[in-house]
Amino acid sequence: MSTPFYVSPQQAMADRAEYARKGIARGRSLVVLQYADGIVFVGENPSRALHKFSEIYDRIGFAAAGKYNEYENLRIGGVRYADLRGYTYDRDDVTARGLANVYAQTLGTIFSSAAEKPYEVELVVAEVGETPEGDQIYRLPHDGSIVDEHGSVAVGGNAELISNYLDQRHQDGMTLAEALKLAVQALSRESNGTQREIPAERLEVAVLDRTRPQSRKFKRIVGRQLGRLLEENGAATEAESSEEEGSEEE
Amino acid sequence: MDFLSDHQPELLPGNRQLPPTQGVIEAPHGTTIVAVTFPGGVVLAGDRRATMGNVIAQRDIEKVFPADEYSAVGIAGTAGLAVEMVKLFQLELEHFEKVEGAQLSLEGKANRLSTMIRSNLGMAMQGLAVVPLFAGYDLDRERGRIFSYDVTGGRSEEHNFAATGSGSIFARGAMKKLFRGDLTEEQATTLVVQALYDAADDDSATGGPDVARRIYPIITVITEDGFRRLSEDEASELSRAVLQHRLEEPDGPKAALL
Repeated sequence: MSTPFYVSPQQAMADRAEYARKGIARGRSLVVLQYADGIVFVGENPSRALHKFSEIYDRIGFAAAGKYNEYENLRIGGVRYADLRGYTYDRDDVTARGLANVYAQTLGTIFSSAAEKPYEVELVVAEVGETPEGDQIYRLPHDGSIVDEHGSVAVGGNAELISNYLDQRHQDGMTLAEALKLAVQALSRESNGTQREIPAERLEVAVLDRTRPQSRKFKRIVGRQLGRLLEENGAATEAESSEEEGSEEE
Repeated sequence: MDFLSDHQPELLPGNRQLPPTQGVIEAPHGTTIVAVTFPGGVVLAGDRRATMGNVIAQRDIEKVFPADEYSAVGIAGTAGLAVEMVKLFQLELEHFEKVEGAQLSLEGKANRLSTMIRSNLGMAMQGLAVVPLFAGYDLDRERGRIFSYDVTGGRSEEHNFAATGSGSIFARGAMKKLFRGDLTEEQATTLVVQALYDAADDDSATGGPDVARRIYPIITVITEDGFRRLSEDEASELSRAVLQHRLEEPDGPKAALL
C-alpha cells in the first residue's frame, strides 16, 4: 500500500466544502419569505411525492435543497426530536432555535468527520410567531453554521442571484398572493440573466399560517387554491403590464 | 411508538413496573362517553364528572379529545392513565402523518389504539382500566364510524351508536329508543345530550348538565370538514333545551309503543 499524500487541513476542508456546494447547486432553488400572516415556502419541484418542504411541529416548518435521501433523513430526525420534546415537556417547548441547533450539530459533526462524506444539503428552519416580529427563519448551510435570516431567504442552485433579487424587492406586510408572485419571479431568474416560465404544476408551495385556528399552522397549498392565488396575481398585474399576463397564460 | 421504545422506554405507559398492591388503588375515574353516527359524520360526547370511590373528584374534567383532524377519542376509566394514553395516541397519529406524509386509515388508527389498551392490561388487572370509545370520519368510505374497546384491547366496530363507562347501560338504552337513520347533525347532538342526561339520571358517577356552574357536556362533531368541538354557548343552548323539556317530561321524550 502506498503512503497517502499529506493534505493540509485547510485544503481538506475547502475540498469538502466545494464538494458539498457543488452537490447543492445541482438542485433547483427554493425560497422562504415572510408575509403578513406567516411564512411561505415556494420551490420548483416536478415530483408530487418527494417534498422539499414539510411540517416539523405546530409552528415550525422545514425546507431543504440538495440531496433527497440526506435531507429526508434530517427531516425525520427533526420530526422525532420535536415530537419527543413536545411529548416529554409541552408543545410550547419545541422551538425552531432548538431544532436549528440540533441540525447545526449534526451537519457540523458530519462535515468535519473524515470518515463520512459531507452532506450535500442546505436547510431552512422557520417558525411562525404570534406576530410578524416573532417569526424566525434560520438557514443552515452544509457545514453546520446557522444564519439567522429576516424577510426572505433562498437556498439551492442559484441562491445568490435569487436572494439578491428578493432582498431588493421583499417588503414586510406583503399579502400571500404578493409574496407568492415575488417568489415565482425570483425562482424563474436564470444565472445568464434570462427568465423562464415555471408552470403551476411544477410549483411546490406551503405556508405556516399564523391565522389558522388549529395549533398546527403548516399547510400545503395545492391544486385549485394555488391556481386561485396565482390568478389573483394575474388580475393585480393586469393593469401594470398586460404583456406579462399574456405570457403567464401561455 | 417503536422509536420511543428504543430511545426512551420509560416514557411509554406499558413499560412501567408496578409495585405490588393490596386491594384497589383509589384514583379518579371518568365515566360516560357516548357516540352516534348520522349521515355525513359522527358525534362523540362525554359528561364532565370524575369520581373517586363515592367522592366526586372533579366536576369539569374533559374526557373527549381530538385524536387528529378526522377522529376523536373519548375515555372512560382511570383518568390519569387515559389522558396519558390519549396524549401518546395523538402524538403517534401526528408523527405518522408527518413522517409518511399521509394520514393513517381510520382502521389503522383504531388498531393502534387497540394495541395501546392491551399494553395497559397489567394496570387494568389492578383496577386501573382504561376503556375508550373511538370515533372518526372515514374519508375512504365517506361516513362516520365508531369503535368500542374492552379492557383487553378487543376492538369492535359499532353501528349507529355506542357508549362506554359506568353510565353506558342507561345511555345505550336512551339512544336505542331515540336513534333514527336520518338524523341531522343538530338532532344527533341533541340525542347525545339526552343520552347523557339519562345516564346521569340513573348513574351516580355520571354528571348531568350543571346549569349553576355552567358545566355542560363536551360535544364533538366529526364530518368531512374535520373535527369540531361545540363551543360552550352551543353546548349550553343544547343542554338548556333538553333541561327545559325535562321540566315537563322528567323521563325525556317518549318513543312510540308499537
